[in-house]
Amino acid sequence: MAKKRVVTTTINGKETQFLCQPRQTLLEVLRDDLALTGSKEGCANGNCGACTVLCDGKAVDSCLVLAVEAEGVEIETIEGVAPVDGLDSLQDAFLQQAALQCGICTPGFIMSAKALLQEQPDPSEEDIRFYLAGNLCRCTGYDKIVRAVQDAAAARLQV
Amino acid sequence: MASTSYKVIGTRPIRHDGTDKVTGRAQYGADIQLSGMLFGDILRSPHAHARIKSIDTSQAENYPGVRAVVTCADLPEPEQKVADLGEGDVNLYHLCQNVLARQKVLYKGHAVAAVAADDIHIAQEAIQQINVEYEVLPPVLDVLEAMEATAPVLNDDVRTDSMAGEESADPTNVAKHFFYEKGDVEKGFEAAHVVIEREYRTATVHQGYIEPHNATALWNQDGQITIWTSTQGSFMVRQQMADLLQMSESKIKVVPMEIGGGFGGKISVYLQPVAALLSKKSGRPVKLVMDRAAIFEATGPTPGSYIRVKMGADREGKITAAEAYLAYEAGAFPGSPVSCGCMCIFACYDVPHGRINGYDVCVNKPRTNAYRAPGSTNAAFAAESVVDEICERLEMDPVEFRLKNAAQEGTRRVDGVQFARIGMRETVEAIRDSEHWKAPLEGKHRGRGIGSGFWFNVGLKSSVTAILAADGTVSLLEGSTDIGGTRTSLSMQLAETLGIAAEDIKPAVVDTDSVGYNDVTGGSRVTFSTGIAVHNAGLEMRRQLIERAANIWEVDASEVQYENGEVRGPEGKVFTFRELAAKVHATGEPITVKGTSGSENQAGAFGTHCVDVEVDPETGKVEVLRYTIAQDCGTAIHPAYVEGQMQGGAVQGIGWALNEEYVYDEQGAMLNATFLDYRIPTCYDLPMMDTIIVEVPDPQHPYGVRGVGEVPIVPPPAALVAAIYQAVGVRMRELPASPPRLLHQILQAEAVE
Amino acid sequence: MHDFDYEAPVDLDTALRLFSEQNGGARALAGGTDLIDQIRLGRYTPDVLVDIKKLPELNVLDSQAGGLRIGAAVPCSKIYQNEAVVSDYEAIVDSCRIIGGVQIQNRASVGGNLCNSGPAADSTPSLIVLGGRCVIASTQGQREVPAEDFCTGPGKNVLQQGEILVEIRFSSRSERSGSHYRRFIPRYEMDIAVVGVGASVTLDETGETFVEARIALGAVAPTPLFAREASESLAGQPVNDETIARAAELAQQIARPIDDMRGTKEFRIHVTGVLTRRVLAAAIARARGEKEETRIGH
Repeated sequence: MAKKRVVTTTINGKETQFLCQPRQTLLEVLRDDLALTGSKEGCANGNCGACTVLCDGKAVDSCLVLAVEAEGVEIETIEGVAPVDGLDSLQDAFLQQAALQCGICTPGFIMSAKALLQEQPDPSEEDIRFYLAGNLCRCTGYDKIVRAVQDAAAARLQV
Repeated sequence: MASTSYKVIGTRPIRHDGTDKVTGRAQYGADIQLSGMLFGDILRSPHAHARIKSIDTSQAENYPGVRAVVTCADLPEPEQKVADLGEGDVNLYHLCQNVLARQKVLYKGHAVAAVAADDIHIAQEAIQQINVEYEVLPPVLDVLEAMEATAPVLNDDVRTDSMAGEESADPTNVAKHFFYEKGDVEKGFEAAHVVIEREYRTATVHQGYIEPHNATALWNQDGQITIWTSTQGSFMVRQQMADLLQMSESKIKVVPMEIGGGFGGKISVYLQPVAALLSKKSGRPVKLVMDRAAIFEATGPTPGSYIRVKMGADREGKITAAEAYLAYEAGAFPGSPVSCGCMCIFACYDVPHGRINGYDVCVNKPRTNAYRAPGSTNAAFAAESVVDEICERLEMDPVEFRLKNAAQEGTRRVDGVQFARIGMRETVEAIRDSEHWKAPLEGKHRGRGIGSGFWFNVGLKSSVTAILAADGTVSLLEGSTDIGGTRTSLSMQLAETLGIAAEDIKPAVVDTDSVGYNDVTGGSRVTFSTGIAVHNAGLEMRRQLIERAANIWEVDASEVQYENGEVRGPEGKVFTFRELAAKVHATGEPITVKGTSGSENQAGAFGTHCVDVEVDPETGKVEVLRYTIAQDCGTAIHPAYVEGQMQGGAVQGIGWALNEEYVYDEQGAMLNATFLDYRIPTCYDLPMMDTIIVEVPDPQHPYGVRGVGEVPIVPPPAALVAAIYQAVGVRMRELPASPPRLLHQILQAEAVE
Repeated sequence: MHDFDYEAPVDLDTALRLFSEQNGGARALAGGTDLIDQIRLGRYTPDVLVDIKKLPELNVLDSQAGGLRIGAAVPCSKIYQNEAVVSDYEAIVDSCRIIGGVQIQNRASVGGNLCNSGPAADSTPSLIVLGGRCVIASTQGQREVPAEDFCTGPGKNVLQQGEILVEIRFSSRSERSGSHYRRFIPRYEMDIAVVGVGASVTLDETGETFVEARIALGAVAPTPLFAREASESLAGQPVNDETIARAAELAQQIARPIDDMRGTKEFRIHVTGVLTRRVLAAAIARARGEKEETRIGH
């Protein structure tokens, strides 16, 4: 087996070191070694977005990132989204709009939507739909997800 | 339209499991971590049809890090026995072969052997060390070809079972023949002014849930097995496991984890028995998770089909007769939902004379499983498309035609069943009266279509336990796994019954040892049937609270009433729910009640959809511009989640209509087993999905609930192809109406002109 | 997943030495969006992945000295967020906006897309029509290859053992020029091109005559194609439906697609003509400075 590597990263604001094989994906290490199971595996080839995390603020499919590539990277996962005293406005909007059914895609959608609202604070419906096309949901038909992101954008602009 | 007398029903509380699901804390099947846990992987057949000559696992067993290897030899010899799984039957002899192939592999991806190892990478390497010698056989992939006498036969034990109880003499791929007849069909067609007969084809499509199948098993040293898994029916998993392993159900506990979508596809077992065998051999807990390719190649798609429909109508647009021939792919083993297709195909209409033949046909594809209104979408595509052509010939508005022919209370279906109170007509009226239908559709290459659909919805059995706490909250223990918010729809019904807030109910989906028997989460049954169980539990809790108050007040229970969450006695005596709950411990035994259901049958649900499309006539690409769904939901308990079911189902139907299909090569290898090339809709492909909740309460449910989950997938393909026809003048009779197929039709039509 | 080692050199010389020493067992890891999946599927079994994202030369995104240089490791999202690229090299932006979803665009690079050498690569036709020149390096030195000559077959290209792609260079944009890339996919996002067409045009002062045009096709042959005759047919010709239709016909003539799960031959050849017309029209509008109302994917 190839030599294992020590990787030093920041995950959800906390400096984290882990040991990994080069062939392990970031998703695998997050889930199996660091017990951060909020990021989900839906397809393992970058087509469903369920494993979306932010690396240095950019949304990526963690199934297509090697864990060794995370050296020096700031990672944010779904577990880091909620503030200590409640929920993020995106999380709240997903609940208010009933924008989830089974919920397996929800962490990925929230991470992508978070990146969207950082880049485009006031997106149109078209912008939202285009930006979130890399996240698949099979339950909702997307209507309520799009509305939730619209609500969260409005809530963020009000603050 | 909702009744205003309810306090909780019809409101939109935050779902009870919501916070866990938006923070990533909810534990789905693959999230479980157990100490000493091993990871497994499955070796799958590279061939669509082959005889297994030998399996040599010795190299894999000696591979460093490998703890166990299993094959079919580790399963007991299976019996011929049919098990009812709620949404379809399964023959255990076939289920056993599906879990781990025995003499033959019947589709590419068929599980052959499995390995448990220290990590997933070792397991993946080790399965490559298993040597399987195959004798490759010719596959048959097309449903009509598989019916021919010369076709390769998949299963030696399959004979054609006709409804008359006869069986064919020789092995065949045609496992079942269903036949229904009503009235005098020939006479009916003679009375027709217009008769249309057409053939239709639909492709094999997959449920496409985002969460992979998974199972983690511990076969403990005391002989007790625990399975942690995502499933639509923990009790069905227990039953299938007990049958396959030939042991008592009491030895098996199934812990339902959160489930990331099922749509019918997570009822049958695939990994659970294999994980258990690996655990038994290794003495350690073992986790198995499927990859996406295996999900497509080896788990229940819904059948591809061939359907022929003939329908006649008189000058006034009344249907005089209808006839259908349906052949559905069962996949490797018998069990397609063709019988449901037969019963649904003309269910929207009052058909005076009808005849239906249905065939369940084995082909070298994965064994099909339930998918949202199984069998009905294929059938509705054919029947509704014929209706659209009849309307065109009669120059009749399709809404008017549907109103004229709508099935209603008392209408007898061709398969003999008479409808109770149903809302087909009301859904058509809702579309007729909608802003969408009234709005003019302008622009080139645009068209509007409508389609209707039916699904039975089932009753079956449920059990719940409700536990009163001293602070006035109630724990609700249920066994119906929650795929789309049923914890909340059930809690709301209990809250309504007790007259308290939905937030004061604490629902939990518990394991098979911790609650009474529950049938599958399927057939659109949970909010209906488990809802009845919940209502019964609520009534029993009310009865005990009345009794308790009577004891405290030292009056006869007949003098005490329960209303609006209060217990009222004589002389203005009153306890609020909370006040009385606080006294329970000091005044007697704890209050823990159960509720069950099982004798009620739903009346069925109807939906009518309206869609506007724009077609690019140079590429055959279809854009969905506007979509409205009208559906009879009986009573909408939580309207937001009812809308969500309608929207999600309709979008699955849109995917089925426009792009989704299994593509195979001649050897029977699926070519598009990824979410890249098996194209489910993305949010950029869709508009907002408008909903109209129609409420025609089902009298069999205390709150009038009808199941809402399945019927919305049924109408979209028919509605879309009707809209495409209006846009570009070609009738698509094969699904999906993908750009290459649609462009081909457009170019052909242009060539003729 | 196949077992491999990982190196992340920080200077080009070390990287080139690694590739040279590994004797073909090394593969360059840029965004990894194709490569990691291909290793997972067992299509490649490298001994070592050399992460090239820490090499400064491969992270260049520079339009200072006239022209444009795009380092081989620069991710798509950086490219379409770069103002100079957006204003002068629109076809590349069109490509980068539709390669996978946003999550892919934050990782995948144009260089990686080119080196993966898929026939349907969305960025390659744009590189071809904008006259991209691929700068290739090894321990032996550097060489340049025109973008249209880079791919030699599905998954195959001109890179020899020990060579890596460093950057792609473009000349500065001519006056009155415009470019566009568009693909046909069954959905509106997240698909592989069934047909992809890129075009760049330069018009004369009147805006009514082609000075020069370049057309390239994707997904209709084993490699992306430069449609030479179609391109040359436009030079000096008036901008009108006939000349455009003629170019589209010539483009169709070099398409030699296969029937596959993504589309039939009939479909691909027909749509090659349709897209060539549409792409030329959009490139012309851009060359004229006209405002466009296009929706991505439509």
